[in-house]
Amino acid sequence: MSALDELMSEARQQEIDPPARGFHLDRREFLKTLGGGLLVCVAPVREFAQESGRQWQGHELPTELNAWIHIGADGEVKVFTGKVEVGQNIRTSLAQLVAEELRTPFDSIAMVMGDTDLTPWDMGTFGSRTTPTMGPQLRNMASAARDVLVKTAAARWNADASTLTAADGKVTNPHTRESLTYGELTRGEELVENVPSDPPLTPATDWKIAGTPLRKVNGRDFVTGKHRFPSDIVRPGMLFGKVLRPQGYHASLVSVDTSGAERVPTAKVVHDGDFIGVTAEDMHSAEQALAAIHANWTVPPQISNSELFAALKKGSSSEDSRPEFASGSVPQAYAAAEVKLDQHYTVQYIAHTPLEPRAAVADWNGDKLTVWTGTQRPFAVRDELCEAFHLPAKKVRVIQPDMGSGYGGKHTGEAAVEAARLAKASGKPVKVIWTREEEFTWAYFRPAGFIEVRSGTRRDGTLVSWEFHNFNSGPAAIQTLYNVPNQLVQFHPADSPLRQGSYRSLAATANHFAREVHMGEIAFALGLDSLQFRLKNLTDPRLRAVFQAAADKFRWGRSRPEEGHGFGVAGGFDKGDYVAACVEVEVTPERKIKLVRVVEAWECGAIVNPDGLRNQVMGACVQAIGGAMFEAIQFKDGRILNPHLAGYRVPRFSDVPEIEVILIDRKDLPSSGAGETGLVALAPAISNAVFAATGVRLRSMPMAPLNAIPGDEPPRFQS
Amino acid sequence: MADFLLQVNGEELHVRGFAEESLLFALRNRLNLTGAKYGCGEGQCGACTVLLNGKATHSCLTPLSSAVGVQITTIEGLERHEVLTPVQEAFLEEGAYQCGYCTPGMILSATALLREVPHPTDEQIVEHMNGNVCRCGTYPRIMAAIRRASAPAGKGASQ
Ligand code: FES
Ligand code: FES
Repeated sequence: MSALDELMSEARQQEIDPPARGFHLDRREFLKTLGGGLLVCVAPVREFAQESGRQWQGHELPTELNAWIHIGADGEVKVFTGKVEVGQNIRTSLAQLVAEELRTPFDSIAMVMGDTDLTPWDMGTFGSRTTPTMGPQLRNMASAARDVLVKTAAARWNADASTLTAADGKVTNPHTRESLTYGELTRGEELVENVPSDPPLTPATDWKIAGTPLRKVNGRDFVTGKHRFPSDIVRPGMLFGKVLRPQGYHASLVSVDTSGAERVPTAKVVHDGDFIGVTAEDMHSAEQALAAIHANWTVPPQISNSELFAALKKGSSSEDSRPEFASGSVPQAYAAAEVKLDQHYTVQYIAHTPLEPRAAVADWNGDKLTVWTGTQRPFAVRDELCEAFHLPAKKVRVIQPDMGSGYGGKHTGEAAVEAARLAKASGKPVKVIWTREEEFTWAYFRPAGFIEVRSGTRRDGTLVSWEFHNFNSGPAAIQTLYNVPNQLVQFHPADSPLRQGSYRSLAATANHFAREVHMGEIAFALGLDSLQFRLKNLTDPRLRAVFQAAADKFRWGRSRPEEGHGFGVAGGFDKGDYVAACVEVEVTPERKIKLVRVVEAWECGAIVNPDGLRNQVMGACVQAIGGAMFEAIQFKDGRILNPHLAGYRVPRFSDVPEIEVILIDRKDLPSSGAGETGLVALAPAISNAVFAATGVRLRSMPMAPLNAIPGDEPPRFQS
Repeated sequence: MADFLLQVNGEELHVRGFAEESLLFALRNRLNLTGAKYGCGEGQCGACTVLLNGKATHSCLTPLSSAVGVQITTIEGLERHEVLTPVQEAFLEEGAYQCGYCTPGMILSATALLREVPHPTDEQIVEHMNGNVCRCGTYPRIMAAIRRASAPAGKGASQ
């Protein structure tokens, strides 16, 4: 697969609409507004350049710039990127990469991110793509900028550029001991430079700023409450808005009486087709007004959790799926196999539940609209707004303050459009913050899935046949990394009863769950050690290395679980990241699962910031506990039955075991993004550990929906 | 609408609002103190935590009228003359956040805990902090930050 195909396949799984517009900004003009200096631009991503003119779903792919760097007369380096900071720490790690290549102190770098008027177009912050794609682009630009600065100094001194050195924000001539700061070099200049195709980059082995564990760059603003998240933005004269929600999915409005709302002081009703909203001068009055609207809806009967998997298995109404991967002859190999297993696995819908729900503040100035909102895709939200209000791109600005995270759940611009609509009707700025219940009901979910696995193995533990069908949850990481000569691996799209979309690590979690639990089942059927069985069928040295690292630290095979405890292992690969986890669980006589210990080993190439990386991987382990053990959306007849944190349990302090993260730093390999794959190994490792403890095989996520393993029998302990 | 006199971060502040509206909305929308966050509005997440007479309290469930006559401390009130409290320092040193949205609530809950129990056990920390959700999963580092803030004997988190 070319890099472009990969990106497009990723985009499809993220439910992402293609870009409607590119970014065209006059660089000279832009430089003037910055007050001169040096502006370095990068040519389009190479893959895009090669494929220029290529269409994707009828839209021209971006052929313009992806990022740029400006060095001002004060020596401040401004880096402009359309990527956004959502807690994954790229405001820090990208600045490290720039500081490294530019040879300038880390704190001279200011990142300007996710502002559609200031930063180049970007498809969005998802798919762990910032580090592998934006990282190299910024490094290229910084390296080119350094080259320009050195040449400028050489010209001033009439010296040979190759004899000069750049370090610490200065160019120095070692012979004359003269030096000029970057600010002095760019002062009064108006330089626009395009990056040559392959400027020299500093190898990770020589990194001094990149590769170090710097803390979040603006951490102080978070511990003092100074940082303004999207929901904290205030505009002069701002009103508060609320939107009337239907009583269920696919509901139609029968009648509505808004007179009660009109009587609430300062409240105004905005009724436009199927959109009914209110504004008021304070949040409380807006809530009162919304509550005073009486609406009748009819909601058609719809399926519930109990019918979900049969519905998904039926597939889609327009099925056009083909195997993701096929080799050899599965029917023959399966027939001839000595040990055959045929099992299915299920995964429920879960909700992202970002602690900051969707929020937006919209402000119209004449026909120019500015919206501050929490989104992973500011340019896509701009497109949504352009479409909703029939505006050209230059009339809409979307600004994304660093937000209360998203986990793949904030790709869309609902709150932005709602706030803009209410602001337009009221002639004042309007803030809309979704309630937790709205976030649980009207956002979108991680797809549920039904997965069938049929395997054939020889008695000696050699895999010979592998058939894997995923219904609905997605094709991410669907292919096995184990060596199997005969394979059929297929994703079957289905008509999802609930709105579904992107979620941190996509279907890689579901596919790893099915695959790695099944591997545990085969190992048990053969009477082999679970780890040894995996290693026997695995050649990829990077995956072997993480399995080995996790196992060594965990003392796999060298210690025995106590009575009622069990050990489990699982691992895998996605998006350039390799991960393996060993876990210990305790199962109580009441069938409660208690996670005791997790060791997760991780490798994603050269580590840009080990502190941020450790935080991400650790956080992914914690978040994974929820989907593995208890998170599930309950639904019936178009309604969500547990749209509150009281009914939808997320991991808390008391759920967190001892977690050890082992980072393997491969300075010889390119860095890949680390926001997602840390999730995938935990659930199957837990299932395997519970089986080891009790002989009960859990094949459904969540595994302990009511805090306990389903069923009434006290577990029969193995050891 | 009525007038309320609140004591916020050591200052007397007049607020015009509704008796039954939440202290969270009053702080955020009427006093422009946006450090307290909305996460659920139902007492389930702790993002809105403030101190009322030193006790960690969900401001989303506190009616404005009942906040009169008590000392209200928000995250904005911890730093004095550019000096952070030990808990804030500990969160910085441990890097105990990712997106940082839960951080104000976490810091205030931890501050209240350390006032009451200067050297809590891990079990006490978990029990006290369990109402605070960090969806980014930064719990191990938050635990470490609270342990760190409680470490210097006698200092605790008494700001
Ligand atoms: S907002 Fe108050 S507890 Fe969640
Ligand atoms: S750091 Fe994101 S919710 Fe805690």
